Amino acid sequence: MNHFTAILLSALLTVGIGRAQGSPATNPAEEPQKAQEERIRKLEEEVQALKAAQTAPKTEPTQLGGAGGSAAKALNPDISLNGDFRGSIGRNEVRPVPGLEMHEAELGLQSVIDPYSRGDVFLSFGESGVSVEEAFVTLTALPGGFVAKVGKMRAAFGKVNATHNHALSWTDRPLVTENLVNGEDGINDMGLSVSRILPAPGDLFLEATGQVYRGDSGVVFTSSRKNDLSYVGHLRGYKDLTENTNLEIGYSYAQGHNELGHDFLTRLHGIDMSLRWKPLRRSIYNSLLWRSEFVWSQRDQLPTQQKSFGLYSSLDYRLDQRWTVGTRFDWSQRATASNQLDRGGSATLTYWLSEFSQVRGQYRFVRYDGRHDASELRLQLIFVMGAHGAHPF
Amino acid sequence: MKFSPAAMRIKFASFLSLVAILLLALFASQPLLAAGKLNVVAATQDLASLTSEVGGDRVNVTAIAKGYQDPHFVEAKPSFLLNLRRADLLVVVGLELEIGWLPPLITQSGNPKIQPAAQGYFDASRFAEILEIPTAQVTRAMGDVHPQGNPHYWLDPQNGLRVAGGLAQKLSEMSPGDAAYFQQRLQDFRRRLAEAEKRWDEQMKPYRGRKVVTYHQSWPNFVKRFGLQVVEYVEPRPGIPPSPAHVVALIALMKRQSVKLILVEPYFDLKTPQSVARETGGQVVVLMPSVGGDKDTGDYIKLFDYDVSLLVKAFQQAR
Repeated sequence: MNHFTAILLSALLTVGIGRAQGSPATNPAEEPQKAQEERIRKLEEEVQALKAAQTAPKTEPTQLGGAGGSAAKALNPDISLNGDFRGSIGRNEVRPVPGLEMHEAELGLQSVIDPYSRGDVFLSFGESGVSVEEAFVTLTALPGGFVAKVGKMRAAFGKVNATHNHALSWTDRPLVTENLVNGEDGINDMGLSVSRILPAPGDLFLEATGQVYRGDSGVVFTSSRKNDLSYVGHLRGYKDLTENTNLEIGYSYAQGHNELGHDFLTRLHGIDMSLRWKPLRRSIYNSLLWRSEFVWSQRDQLPTQQKSFGLYSSLDYRLDQRWTVGTRFDWSQRATASNQLDRGGSATLTYWLSEFSQVRGQYRFVRYDGRHDASELRLQLIFVMGAHGAHPF
Repeated sequence: MKFSPAAMRIKFASFLSLVAILLLALFASQPLLAAGKLNVVAATQDLASLTSEVGGDRVNVTAIAKGYQDPHFVEAKPSFLLNLRRADLLVVVGLELEIGWLPPLITQSGNPKIQPAAQGYFDASRFAEILEIPTAQVTRAMGDVHPQGNPHYWLDPQNGLRVAGGLAQKLSEMSPGDAAYFQQRLQDFRRRLAEAEKRWDEQMKPYRGRKVVTYHQSWPNFVKRFGLQVVEYVEPRPGIPPSPAHVVALIALMKRQSVKLILVEPYFDLKTPQSVARETGGQVVVLMPSVGGDKDTGDYIKLFDYDVSLLVKAFQQAR
């Protein structure tokens, strides 16, 4: 018998005993009708108050079935799978892609580890095998407002580098990413990341992130000695311009050794800008994102250092709950030969079957090195199974 | 060509820069605490209102989601982190209503006090009566369902009172010196809510048992409390836009059962509900599911005042 039931029974017993004793003061028959109503009202209020005071959970206990019915299953991490199926029609002799491919199935395992940390692991299954896309622990209970991550992770260099394929607005990555920031894999390495919100005037949001990596990120950074570390720093500012519109500007710096050896460094500077508009009352129907990133690369190589630059600028507009249109402009020199310039443009159309699946078509034209034209229609089906955690803004 | 000295200088300078940024951050920005007041961030304006009812002037309360926006699809804007990082208490709806936006904000906040299961993390659903808890296997073929039950539980005033009771207990734990104040505020809220409930019951009495259609499955607690009956939804499944076939079936059902009211949340498109209303001779009622959804729904009691009077008016017109 719980506390509430005991009190309720006591209250009823008291009324019952009062009636049985036939006390003149409590005999309902002798009370005026108004007084009786008042008593009933007070009793009802008391019962409601007692009900409200009950603080025990009202939810049903979790039912766990199966052989053994171990309650420990409830502690399993959230499991998700993001599928990315792609098709391509058209011609691209410089960077060809298969006509049809299951480009990636990304398995996500995410969970709180203990009161001090959480873990996020993303395994990428593709045609070339399995790789650990990210596997890191986030320390959430550090003093001083610091948040640290340890493990393998996409570096905080700009916006696209830190974004998984299925969360992009396109079937590909911009030319500047392909040419200067290690393409699809990007700067993605084993290391340590520390970030903190910085003091700023008014309602301006400022955050600094510092990262140290082993120094291996495909063609952009290669570690030939144990202490050939790479470093990434990111500073971002964010402000709500209105309730529906916000602006974010970030500066990134990355530095590491390249594949030519210990004495050869590559330094990257990046600026990213995002202007978003999303009316709160119509957030599932309409939104606009204008995003641009600029990257400068300084690469030590023989006979001379190469200084290259690249950018993209994209605009995505959500027409309604199902349709999104977008366009992107690409312009980028190549990291190893700044005299080679690639330019291109894209138009995308995305159809959202639901929150958990979308079909995308992208027409892409690229002129590589000013002479090789590539014209392609790329198609993509993205689907999400299971409990995939939300992405950071 | 050798780059060793330059490389070392750059590496050292970069490392120093990073250390300097982090040290600056640590020492220059200790969270600003309002003297003697608890800083509370609520996921929604409903929970913020309930917190204010109990906390009065002893707490600073801010809300993340606005009352007129869909609480499933809030953007995890960095500006929310400015309040979250200095919060003593985070009050969430729970039942995975905020799963699409709140978890990364909590992680990024750098605030150990409000991490899940910490003392400053308050899941209000633990105190409420939860409806529509699935009893069979749940799949996404059913739409965007909530496996732990329907999260729109605050739309039963008794759940509001239960949550307020839980909040009074939590605030008293966190600020024992103000416990009597919080209890007194809770009693006052209970009294005012009981009076208001009597009023709402009186107003809704003639319409108990009436059938309605709603856009989304936001109202199970509300319709149960006031004795209404939802016969169908404009969405074929939660989170799935209405298809032409579903709209045709909905019109036929409403005509068959003489259903005249379509209840729509303020963040859904009115085009489809209005065309259904035209076909069935019914009417669309934009009910507010949350505090702050309209200028006249400034607090928890006013929210029900607004919705009940709107419904009564609509039922009277639908005669």
